Amino acid sequence: MWGGGKLGSSGGWFLRVLGPGGRNTKAVRHLISSVVYVKNQLSWILQIKPGVFNEYRTMWFKSYRTTFSCLNRIKSFRYRWARLYSTSQTTVDSGEVKTFLALAHKWWDEQGIYAPLHSMNDLRVPFIRDNLLKTIPNHQPGKPLFGMKILDVGCGGGLLTEPLGRLGASVIGIDPVDENIKTAQCHKSFDPVLDKRIEYRVCSLEEIVEETAETFDAVVASEVVEHVIDLETFLQCCCQVLKPSGSLFITTINKTQLSYALGIVFSEQIAGIVPKGTHTWEKFVSPETLESILESNGLSVQTVVGMLYNPFSGYWHWSENTSLNYAAHAVKSGVQEHPMSAEFAFKGETEELQANACTNPAVHEELKK
Amino acid sequence: MAARLVSRCGAVGAATYSSPLVSCRRWSGASTDTVYDVVVSGGGLVGAAMACALGYDIHFHDKKILLLEAGPKKVLEKLSETYSNRVSSISPGSATLLSSFGAWDHICNMRYRAFRRMQVYRSPLSSNKVHSLTKWEEAFPESSNFIFSYRVTVLYRSKAIRYTWPCPFPMADSSPWVHITLGDGSTFQTKLLIGADGHNSGVRQAAGIQNVSWNYDQSAVVATLHLSEATENNVAWQRFLPSGPIALLPLSDTLSSLVWSTSHEHAAQLVSMDEEKFVDAVNSAFWSDADHTDFIDTAGAMLQYAVGLLKPTKVSARQLPPSVARVDAKSRVLFPLGLGHAAEYVRPRVALIGDAAHRVHPLAGQGVNMGFGDISSLAHHLSTAAFNGKDLGSMSHLTGYETERQRHNTALLAATDLLKRLYSTSAAPLVLLRTWGLQATNAVSPLKEQIMAFASK
Repeated sequence: MWGGGKLGSSGGWFLRVLGPGGRNTKAVRHLISSVVYVKNQLSWILQIKPGVFNEYRTMWFKSYRTTFSCLNRIKSFRYRWARLYSTSQTTVDSGEVKTFLALAHKWWDEQGIYAPLHSMNDLRVPFIRDNLLKTIPNHQPGKPLFGMKILDVGCGGGLLTEPLGRLGASVIGIDPVDENIKTAQCHKSFDPVLDKRIEYRVCSLEEIVEETAETFDAVVASEVVEHVIDLETFLQCCCQVLKPSGSLFITTINKTQLSYALGIVFSEQIAGIVPKGTHTWEKFVSPETLESILESNGLSVQTVVGMLYNPFSGYWHWSENTSLNYAAHAVKSGVQEHPMSAEFAFKGETEELQANACTNPAVHEELKK
Repeated sequence: MAARLVSRCGAVGAATYSSPLVSCRRWSGASTDTVYDVVVSGGGLVGAAMACALGYDIHFHDKKILLLEAGPKKVLEKLSETYSNRVSSISPGSATLLSSFGAWDHICNMRYRAFRRMQVYRSPLSSNKVHSLTKWEEAFPESSNFIFSYRVTVLYRSKAIRYTWPCPFPMADSSPWVHITLGDGSTFQTKLLIGADGHNSGVRQAAGIQNVSWNYDQSAVVATLHLSEATENNVAWQRFLPSGPIALLPLSDTLSSLVWSTSHEHAAQLVSMDEEKFVDAVNSAFWSDADHTDFIDTAGAMLQYAVGLLKPTKVSARQLPPSVARVDAKSRVLFPLGLGHAAEYVRPRVALIGDAAHRVHPLAGQGVNMGFGDISSLAHHLSTAAFNGKDLGSMSHLTGYETERQRHNTALLAATDLLKRLYSTSAAPLVLLRTWGLQATNAVSPLKEQIMAFASK
């Protein structure tokens, strides 16, 4: 999969592979024989075999942020060997792709393995809807989210995309697993109203960042951030595609001992609520980490609230306790981007390193204010 | 895993699809059918009110609703001179529902009558045992046409002949909607089918939902009666005879509606006898004092005395039932009575309301009120679901409706059936039980109020 690397908020560069979309990514991988990276913080140069040049266009851009080049060359040198044989730096984990590929046709069985996700809609749709309605002065009865453009990242089979479409929004759902998109596409095709309001694409978030920068009123990443490789890049991309004052909605699982015991051991191995291997505890994200990354990207966190699943009733409930599942709502600041913000991005990186090292509750408190 | 065991298992539902129709069919063609959000099958009181309630709901503004009615369109420009013999009594809860979509005002402008009390008795009027129940505020004497909002499409003279259900397991290219084929060959698809087509519901049979039912050996005779003198006429009367209850509901100062439940033979006789004899039969049914035992009378009087000691009652002026002078020609009709209750009110993409879900004896006047209760519950659940962007045919909110209504309706059905059986018997112990029971209920006013509140919802 092609992808962007660290997209600085200066937005000075981008790499794009235009073509038939994600379907041929596997084919593309085979055609690449050598990949050379020169990576400073903000640029990539990628070479492709000339043979495929007429099928795929690549654009090479160099960043103008050469002041940081010395630091970044050290970094890139460190990673160079590792990356020489990997085709991409992306937020999509290919192991996760395989897991979800196997279950792609089971999305729409409401009593099947995805039943907890179906019933989670009872919480997450009102959460999104009510927070968005605060920003709409007069909404139409019957179509409260009419006029809103929403991006559903990691939409899977479209479980959350369809309710948002029914509420009147125009939604674009993206997912790297193309079987998922096929299922989603097929399911929405039977409903003429939804067919017009929803569009599905097989791609990762990084691939559409440039063409959709600042176009969405809301971005929804529900049950996604615990599956991505590079959380920071992912959230930066989310921020980039948002309009100023746009909303970002995230639901995910906290990284605590309780979430290991209940979320992995009980849910996957004992009770079978979640298929085995769906989650990796190391990739769970605590609300503090999430908040610090969001704040460093210019998103101000409005709400963090816990969710609890009752496996006996099959219903979710809101909760004060965020140690298992939680939902977060953040709003992008209304200030337009400018070159100074590159420094914030660098600062954000160092802060993020610190935050990863120790989730300092004092820092968390300060960020909350 | 536990959730799958405990929750309403889709697989079980699929296994019991025993309908004679094809239960799962890949509908590859006909993608040009209109897809409705809700189709209500049956345009009677309950079906029409359901369609109105949905059409009026704010969250259904951009949804498509269709009402299928087998009968012809009735255009009511002005009220006819004579009263129809179809009378329903409306509880306050139902009146609230009807006013929520503006139908109550239309009804009030047409024909309705409020009654303040209902006097229920068994024994002769000479004894002191007339129990008054302060009950429903309004009675409404005519089955009216509801004015539809423009959001509801109505098809008259359309009878569905076939329903095709979606596959229980989502398959890639088969339509997930319910397909309805009408008698004239036209087809529709819908996300939710609401069956409001009466106690012989076609929707219920096609869905293969089991119906617990039995027939009472009774038929009800309805008629419109002219009273011998004009009175205030705001009291409803019901007397329990051994053959069944006879009730008089006020329609106007001079008119009342009769509902007399009795055995099939007697009902047939009543309908065919000439008018004078019929009037005599009605009067004697209310006034006669045949057929009581001294033992029961004494026992009843004892309890009354005891109650009087504990709780001094106000002696209210005794009111007597009106006597009947004449009956409207051609207003005598009979229909058989029975009890019915559907084992399930909902299936994926199907819901039953009104008589399709439950059928009850008219002695308590609860039939249509339970139907209106179903409507307010289902409309509430669907409204919330629409505001949450949910698929309207999803079982998660339909089971919420079913649980809520089954609890209420089962209790009421059981109570009505029990009352009917209790009053049909003349075995002394049971008669004593009911006499004392009724007196005690009458005396303990909180209990009486609770019962009335439950019935009025």
